[in-house]
Amino acid sequence: MVKLTVNGVEHDLDIDPSMPLLYALRNHLELNGAKYGCGLGQCGACTVIVGGKPVFSCLTPVSAVGARPVRTIEGLGTPEQPSALQKAFIDKQAAQCGYCIAGMVMRAQALLDERPGATEAEIREHMQPNLCRCGTHMRIISAIVDASQTLRKQRQAENQTARQAVAAIESGDQA
Amino acid sequence: MSSKKKAAWTVGAVIVIGVAAALAYARQPAIPPLAQAPAASANQSLLAQGARLAELGDCMQCHTAKDGKPYAGGEPLATPFGTIYTTNITPDVETGIGGWTQEAFARALRKGVSRDGHLLYPAFPYPHFTRMSDEDIAALYAYMMARTPVHAPAKANALSFPLNFRPLVAGWNLLFLDEGPLPQPARTQSAEWLRGRYLVEGAGHCASCHTPMNALGAEKSSQPYAGGLIDGWNVPPLNALTLARKPWTVDQITAYLRTGIASEHSAAAGPMLPVAHHLANAPESDVRAIATYLMSLQPPVPAQPAAPAPAAAAESQPLSPGAALFNASCAGCHSAAAPMRSLGDRPALELGSTLNADSPRNAIQMVLNGNPWTGSSAAHYMPPFANVLTDQQIADVLAYARSTYAQRPAWNDLPAAVAAIRKENSK
Repeated sequence: MVKLTVNGVEHDLDIDPSMPLLYALRNHLELNGAKYGCGLGQCGACTVIVGGKPVFSCLTPVSAVGARPVRTIEGLGTPEQPSALQKAFIDKQAAQCGYCIAGMVMRAQALLDERPGATEAEIREHMQPNLCRCGTHMRIISAIVDASQTLRKQRQAENQTARQAVAAIESGDQA
Repeated sequence: MSSKKKAAWTVGAVIVIGVAAALAYARQPAIPPLAQAPAASANQSLLAQGARLAELGDCMQCHTAKDGKPYAGGEPLATPFGTIYTTNITPDVETGIGGWTQEAFARALRKGVSRDGHLLYPAFPYPHFTRMSDEDIAALYAYMMARTPVHAPAKANALSFPLNFRPLVAGWNLLFLDEGPLPQPARTQSAEWLRGRYLVEGAGHCASCHTPMNALGAEKSSQPYAGGLIDGWNVPPLNALTLARKPWTVDQITAYLRTGIASEHSAAAGPMLPVAHHLANAPESDVRAIATYLMSLQPPVPAQPAAPAPAAAAESQPLSPGAALFNASCAGCHSAAAPMRSLGDRPALELGSTLNADSPRNAIQMVLNGNPWTGSSAAHYMPPFANVLTDQQIADVLAYARSTYAQRPAWNDLPAAVAAIRKENSK
């Protein structure tokens, strides 16, 4: 049995330990967001987040995942409530055929989780491994830049609220 | 005077004379600068010869920073003594070598002296460039002066005391700089061999990486081409090429140096990859001459031990963790049946130099970092596995590949080695 924690849910799967994570996600868990592109780690269509890092799920053995949490695009937002990054992709109409988009979003998400407010240069370098055959890279990059700025402002606002809460508590202590 | 005292006086005198000589050498005159860079030569064959030498010497690799302008310098070189930043060798008068006469350029290549008279650090391989002919230096000068000037001031080196005191290099030069052209060979050699020796020992400066360094950062003359360690990668020895699983040949070396891949050995990776990129632009005759000279440095071919019979596959055994990981992560390209194996003359894993090496270092580096895209050619591409596999998993998969494909004795302490190299890389 192989244990996988995907989008916060634990699964026990009776599968071959040498199965690539992508197959387990698509065929056994019916999470079909991640796509099979090349199967060789060259295109990035299968990108998901494992233990906080973006990986090619087509080359990631299920037996290598262990306790590391797996995040797929299904774990971000919903059609009604898309995540900030998904909303930016929609606003910029970054998808043409859409095949690469789940991988693009997940690779970008891994960067923005770590560094909300990442610059365009950082984003371009980080996104290098993922390819789009329709050629919508310019829109994809601009969507990620937008989301990066949105998330930076959100983070600042949260920090501000937290500081105010702390200040309120401290002034309460003094009173 | 006792003999002990005499010896002490002699040693003292030698040191005094040495220091005096070093100080004299340390004060080199400045060569007056040109007011403006010389006009680019119109002599196309001279420029082409200069371009060829720049590729053979791989000048661009060190003299261009990541994402920097060509030849504008600023690339950090990690040495055991601290970090040295390479200099701007574009023809910018103020920050590059635009004000340098050909005489100043030749002096830098041959003696390691900058135009203004200060001594260059031997991270710049002038002990090799000193072998270059007048004509080649003239051609290289013409080529460099025809590059696009870039205004890029030199970055300050971060060297530890006392090595940040440049005149000390004079002492180093007295000990290790053997100025001038190569001596006549001991016995008659072919023109191809002579050309190869001139390129390998001169402009190509192969020994800068492939010969181990002594405590003063000079090549150990007692161990020529015995290999070394550069940027976290083992540099393979060049004096044991016939001891490889399949002995190297002139054809294989030529293919490796010009395409970055040898069908019976491996793909160029790490610091060697850019060398192959540049040699791809050099004439095949030059690269073949290099290969011919290198093959002449080899010990005689030993009788090949019979290849061990492949272990009979134990069908009913459950997959080892390493085998399971290999099947998912590696087999797509590296299994015998994989299309990626049969395209482009890619070497079989069992012949791979990294998997057959005594040290697991380069195999670990390959799995952690992969091998980057090289333009539109995917011949050498390998994805990185640093984020996919843990240290223990990389150790498992390498142990499996080592025993299954290379069939060599197991590497010791693999998990610790993977952890150590991963930590080095993160610095």
